[in-house]
Amino acid sequence: MELVYDHILVRYGELSTKGKNRKDFIRRLTSNIKLALSGFDQLTYEQTFDRIYIHLHGTPFDEVSPILKEVFGISSFSPTLKVESDLNTIKEAALMVANSTNGHTFKMETRRHDKKFPHRSDEINRACAGKILANTEWKVDVHHPDLHLRVEVREKATYIMPLVVQGAGGYPTGIGGKAMLLLSGGIDSPVAGYLTMKRGIEIEAVHFSSPPYTSDLAKGKVLDLASQISVYQGQIKVHVVPFTDLQLAIYKNCNESYAITIMRRMMVRIADRLAQRRNCMALVTGESVGQVASQTLNSMQTINDVTTMPILRPVVTYDKLEIIDVAKKINTYETSILPYEDCCTIFTPKNPVTKPTIKRAVEMESHFDFEPLIEECLNNIETVIMTVKKQEEDLF
Amino acid sequence: MQHNRVYLDYASTTPVHPEILKAYKGLLDVWFVNSESLYQEGAQLHQLMEKSRAQTASLLNVRPNEIIFTSGASEASSMAIKGVAFRHLEKKGHLITTQVEHSSVTNCFKQLEELGFEVTWLSVDKRGCISMDELKKSVRHDTLLVSIMMVNNEVGAINPINEIKAYLKNHSHALLHVDCVQALGKIPVDLKDIDMASFSAHKIHGLKGSGVLFCRQHIDLMPLVCGGQQEFGRRGGTENALVNLMFAKTLRLALEGQKNGYEHAKMLNEYCIEQLSKMPEIELNSSSEGLPHILNFSCSTMLSEVLMNALNTRGFCVSAQSTCHSKSKAPSFVLKAMGYSDQRALSSIRLSFSYETTLKDVESFIHTLKECTQKYGTRL
Repeated sequence: MELVYDHILVRYGELSTKGKNRKDFIRRLTSNIKLALSGFDQLTYEQTFDRIYIHLHGTPFDEVSPILKEVFGISSFSPTLKVESDLNTIKEAALMVANSTNGHTFKMETRRHDKKFPHRSDEINRACAGKILANTEWKVDVHHPDLHLRVEVREKATYIMPLVVQGAGGYPTGIGGKAMLLLSGGIDSPVAGYLTMKRGIEIEAVHFSSPPYTSDLAKGKVLDLASQISVYQGQIKVHVVPFTDLQLAIYKNCNESYAITIMRRMMVRIADRLAQRRNCMALVTGESVGQVASQTLNSMQTINDVTTMPILRPVVTYDKLEIIDVAKKINTYETSILPYEDCCTIFTPKNPVTKPTIKRAVEMESHFDFEPLIEECLNNIETVIMTVKKQEEDLF
Repeated sequence: MQHNRVYLDYASTTPVHPEILKAYKGLLDVWFVNSESLYQEGAQLHQLMEKSRAQTASLLNVRPNEIIFTSGASEASSMAIKGVAFRHLEKKGHLITTQVEHSSVTNCFKQLEELGFEVTWLSVDKRGCISMDELKKSVRHDTLLVSIMMVNNEVGAINPINEIKAYLKNHSHALLHVDCVQALGKIPVDLKDIDMASFSAHKIHGLKGSGVLFCRQHIDLMPLVCGGQQEFGRRGGTENALVNLMFAKTLRLALEGQKNGYEHAKMLNEYCIEQLSKMPEIELNSSSEGLPHILNFSCSTMLSEVLMNALNTRGFCVSAQSTCHSKSKAPSFVLKAMGYSDQRALSSIRLSFSYETTLKDVESFIHTLKECTQKYGTRL
């Protein structure tokens, strides 16, 4: 018989903090879980002091589990069978779980939270094990069991769980405030966004688009990446900045060797102002020191000079392979390496300056009044909300 | 296609002719049976399809059993080229084709090279045509097959097929395969002294997934798709009977409109050339002797991709290289073979017209092209 688990029990106990922080933690975690699972409309939620129950109402656990695994702030979770707190019922349920699981050896582990329940944990263990041994081929192995069957007896009900799934850990995204991620189509920036979210910081993303030098496909790729990392906070706002005119002005008015440096200064200026409007307290980039000419310390200093906001660079000391490892883990790598132009590759000068100076950059920017174009960029932003993609269109 | 979009990519594919669409929809509602089945419905459908074959043959001036329905021209060309070569796997032999064929042909020959066949790749001149001298020098006593396209899909160059077939007939035992995809319905196609030819329906306002291989009945092709008795045993698989049924009507409509379509395309082509020649950054890649339906040019200040993006945003559908290479960043191999620089081969745009294209369409295209090059042109 196919056993259907009716609940998921979500644990965050180990990571819990105290007092008001704890409340915020739970509230934020619950809402992040709801957002991440918003594609399943059958689910309902129950929040208790030390855990969250997700009522499945027929939704298969195996569909929910991979998404839940990615939500920060969850230490672990289990598919759960909820039964009446009655020894016979518990025994039957334990047998059902064993019957619908593959394996040969098992171990019982009971916790009796409700001390009024007339049987002690050990009795419950023996009763359930006896039932399973008498009716199946399963054998007991307390060291390396195939099935670790947990029973939790509570006042209102008893919960029976066949496994514990490790969660992503970290802090519920958003509890640490909000930051603005500069999202290109590359490998690094989605990873930077992921690592930032893992520390509990919610992100919005800004993307600089230079049509026709960049194609709709390139923009689509960035939105796909945003959708892929949106799983960690439910959804991501992506602000697409039309950057072409500003970029052409840089191209026409500044020395070619400084084009990239000045372009990046403009991007940071725009991101800074957008971040303030969106109540973000920091900028996040995928810069890694020394990787390319525009990411030397001299470059970083020259680019950083245009903002007073902290710029978080989560991968600053990673080498490329380390970044790729994370990108593969979070499933952004395959999208990142699709070969569409991003705005950085368009005006790639033959000899970019590797040691730009603030003084020279400021001097070059004085040749032209960029301010109106910066404001124009900000005024024409297109904002898209990306969530995990669901493929339920009628056509398929 | 939304009415505010201008489609100038008919060499890539065409919308289905309303009469074809109507007839096809009507058939879809009624017929689902296997045309090889023996009960009356199957027999009726089989008869209808055979009628389509007979009419197709008659329009092309060949025999019905020389018409093989395929899923398209790529399949037809693969069947012809590999089908002939695979009969000579033991001794191998010599094959001739050109450097500018459609990828379905080019890649067949590359595979055959890997299998040990020797292939001569004929060069082309600035017009995109092969030279008879080079062909004559290349033909050997062990040449099995010559495959040359009638009209090039990127620049519209028309090869001297009559001269080629006359020469081969008198001086060689080699079979001649001609890719007629871009010629069909645009210029007269005479299959006399041609041994095999590939055709596609969706380039002439027919259905996708529909093509024809013309193959002389005495030629022993090794089938690529093994199956039952279908298509004289030359191509296995349940017949796509309704699609095959529509081929005859598609072809008839295309041939009926051929002469007017040619004049119309010529008018559009001449207008474009006149306008484009006023733009210093534009260099024409199509020769004036080519097919007027295809006009290829390069822009010295914008890469193909950038110009296509800009045009797309403004409502124009055009291609750069052949659409079968559209996802590649490499320069057009056709323009490279014609002797043009990498930069020129990276900045080409292909316009292609049909009877549906209006003068207003191309006028607004030229206008928009000017706007884009002025706004986005940079030194490359």
